[in-house]
Amino acid sequence: MSRHRLVRVALTAAALAFLGLFLALPLAAVFAKALERGAGAYADALRDPDARAAVRLTLATAAVAVPLNTLFGLCAAWAAAKFEFRGKRLLMTCMDLPFSVSPVVSGLLFVLLFGARGLFGPYLAAHGVKVLYAFPAIVLATLFVTVPFVARELIPLMEAQGTEEEEAAVTLGASGWQTLWRVTLPNVKWGLLYGVILCNARAMGEFGAVSVVSGHIRGQTTTLPLHVEILYNEYQPVAAFAAASLLALLALVTLALKALVEWKSGETARATRRPA
Amino acid sequence: MRSQRWISAGFALLAGLFGLPALAQDSLLNVSYDPTRELYREVNAAFAKQWKARTGRDLTVNQSHGGSGKQARAVLDGLEADVVTLALAYDVEALVQGGLVAKEWRRRLPGNSCPYTSTIVFLVRRGNPKGIRDWDDLARPGVAVITPNPKTSGGARWNYLAAWGYALQKPGGGPEKARAFVAALLANVPVLDTGARGATTTFAERGLGDVLVAWENEALLLTKEAGAGKFEIVRPSRSILAEPPVAVVDVVARKRGTTALARAYLEFLYTDEGQALAAKHHYRPRSEAVAARYAADFPKMALFTVDELFGGWAQAQRTHFDDGGVFDQLIEGR
Repeated sequence: MSRHRLVRVALTAAALAFLGLFLALPLAAVFAKALERGAGAYADALRDPDARAAVRLTLATAAVAVPLNTLFGLCAAWAAAKFEFRGKRLLMTCMDLPFSVSPVVSGLLFVLLFGARGLFGPYLAAHGVKVLYAFPAIVLATLFVTVPFVARELIPLMEAQGTEEEEAAVTLGASGWQTLWRVTLPNVKWGLLYGVILCNARAMGEFGAVSVVSGHIRGQTTTLPLHVEILYNEYQPVAAFAAASLLALLALVTLALKALVEWKSGETARATRRPA
Repeated sequence: MRSQRWISAGFALLAGLFGLPALAQDSLLNVSYDPTRELYREVNAAFAKQWKARTGRDLTVNQSHGGSGKQARAVLDGLEADVVTLALAYDVEALVQGGLVAKEWRRRLPGNSCPYTSTIVFLVRRGNPKGIRDWDDLARPGVAVITPNPKTSGGARWNYLAAWGYALQKPGGGPEKARAFVAALLANVPVLDTGARGATTTFAERGLGDVLVAWENEALLLTKEAGAGKFEIVRPSRSILAEPPVAVVDVVARKRGTTALARAYLEFLYTDEGQALAAKHHYRPRSEAVAARYAADFPKMALFTVDELFGGWAQAQRTHFDDGGVFDQLIEGR
């Protein structure tokens, strides 16, 4: 018995030490470095026009990419979890593609499609439409790398819930929309929220794919992660870490939201299980 | 075509919604290589002031920085640069091949369209603990050398050719000796970063390596500003005259109606003000008068050119850096 306890304590301690070493310490270091020259320098770094432009671009990118991927994730999860059809496996595999492909390759994909020497590049250029090295490409690359988050979160949940409730609703005369809004969505709302949070975190934090398609025009096509890299390369560590601290804050908010969502969903699960 | 007009109207509306800057303002995109960040920040501000005084129009010069080869490729892929200010002529030649820059670009501005020059020197840690004096010391066993990857970095190609040229010109040297020397040097390189700035960070901030082979401007920047007191510059007995060129990207400038502005911008680099800014940011100015004022920063060195020893960039590129070239052979044999 005591040996079991010893092992348990040792394992817990090891896990905590690992977390402390690889998560808490670097996170603390980011804030320590950002505030090295005081709050004034920190505020100046964030007030810089290029930094503000980077924040705006990052928010705008997430504002387009996250809702679209939420919609797509819902559709895909609905289709994959509630219906049987040919090519379902293929759909699931394709959805995981962005996870398995290196972000750099995802970025190059868009260069091949929309570059001046790419598939659609010459046509787009002739009609005065700029995709690559501009906002559209940044959104597209972000969309691509964040495709799986919502769907991956919903599919297991929807599969576990089965189709009985939907079938009951339809039997009682509900239309398709009514079934979706009153039965399916309420059942998966916490999972959906969790997927959206993860999707948003990645959309704002993505570096590799966006770096390839951005063109790095400062103040115009640099997102927050790219802005951090530029500052670091310009020997401005305080400003770089100040910008990085925004991303770290985003991570902390994400974690807090995630904890909240898990706690809430646990609560509702208990509430529904409780006999009336 | 009616439909096209509707499409462009739609995009104009979208552009308005996204709050893109109004058209009353002039803008220019300068796509440059890695270590010019500090230089062009000041040049852009100075030129915008002059442009405003001359024409009464506001000007924003936008900057993009990265490895020289990577930047040239981005312009080929559609990054709309009005001007390029790259690390070596070969990368501008790539734009000529792509039909974006006129063939005679090198003759349009003085000094082969290179408003400033530089060379390749060594940066060592304070006190020079490994006793690095000249190129030969870089091939000694037990010396870790930091230099970026010539496939992606312009600076690295200058480094490589400087080492090769030294071994070629050394008494008793020759092509075979040069090959063996560069092979021994590359064997001492623990990591090949993609850009000059990355290599500098590896050496200065991550503390890797005993000697950084670097642009003189980058080495001066580090010893005078970012890492003052921590590093020393060692000038080899012989090095290469690095000529970073500038050019108007004709096709883009014509399309955006910025040809005159782009030309004026590049010509500004040759004025006393532009030359002084170049010298201040540690590039060797072309102007004798300005060079005299900064003589302490730029001691006279024995320098050879790519044209003299390698028959120009096109040939140097083909022999050394293309796929399957000498660099690939040496790296595989490491």
